[in-house]
Amino acid sequence: MVAATPTLPADWRDFFALTKPRVMSLVVFTGLCGLLAAPGHIHPVLGFTAVLCIAMGAGGAGALNQWWEADIDAGMKRTAKRPLPQGRMDPTSARDFGVALAVASVLLMGLAVGWLPAAILALSIFYYAVIYTIWLKPRTPQNIVIGGAAGAFPPLIGWIAVTGQITLMPIVLFAIIFMWTPPHFWALALFVKTDYAKVGIPMMPVVAGEESTRRQILAYSVLLLPLSAVPWFIGGAGAFYGIVALALSATFLALALPVAFRKRGEADTMAPEKRLFGFSVLYLFALFAALVADRVLWVQGIAS
Amino acid sequence: MTPEEQVELERRRRGRNLVLGALLLAFVVLFFFITIARISGQHH
Repeated sequence: MVAATPTLPADWRDFFALTKPRVMSLVVFTGLCGLLAAPGHIHPVLGFTAVLCIAMGAGGAGALNQWWEADIDAGMKRTAKRPLPQGRMDPTSARDFGVALAVASVLLMGLAVGWLPAAILALSIFYYAVIYTIWLKPRTPQNIVIGGAAGAFPPLIGWIAVTGQITLMPIVLFAIIFMWTPPHFWALALFVKTDYAKVGIPMMPVVAGEESTRRQILAYSVLLLPLSAVPWFIGGAGAFYGIVALALSATFLALALPVAFRKRGEADTMAPEKRLFGFSVLYLFALFAALVADRVLWVQGIAS
Repeated sequence: MTPEEQVELERRRRGRNLVLGALLLAFVVLFFFITIARISGQHH
């Protein structure tokens, strides 16, 4: 299915929609939390610039993703109203917009903040737009596991913008989001399964079956429990973070259990899957907020 | 191009120009403050 070529220039709102604003809110939040939780000091203007660059990079990658997947998006209910499948924008504009945002974000990060965070930002954009979107997403049912690494970059980049070096803590934060993504997305994929099957994207529930997907959701949820508390174990965060992380992950696991051992019934409303998906978004926000709160408590403890 | 399309074209062009202008202005202000921040040597 090829979208019609528009005769009019696109509305600016359609360019904004290309950046996937809802995904970006999570990117900005986790990037900002990485920046705020990192030990050390960054000038507020440079800190703002770092988060802006992370957001611009994610927006550029999102635009390139939609440019590449316009035909696939046209076939799915969830994505059919995007600017390209609806023919509200010509593909070349979307591609150029994505490239411009990506290049500008990397150059600005390099000049204003540092070339190490800029290099990792460039790597994350290339990883999402090329390695994930173009190469692996249409080829393997492990696409979500691979794509999860793309979403795991923001807190790592935010942290390194402050410290200027790659240490164990930002890698652990990366690992936490990496482990969180498969159960988060497969819970969604279970209740929108038919759409992905229609456009030929090899999502896990379609390829390996629902039962296998449910068990894999459980496996990642089990691994997430100790992993989320690793910042506490290695001394990168305090007991406040550790206890909040364990409580959140235990709840995550408790919600994953019914999903893991359930079978879809006739006219199933998929309530447990929707509940797990809903909580998974809250989980990530709360976990990173706890990490920042822990850092604030620690700094105040030093000050008093 | 119909008269309706002409009106819509002008509406969109005006909107894009306004947004692009605002973005450029915001970047001018940001670059100014980045320069001040880097010169004052508080980076790292």
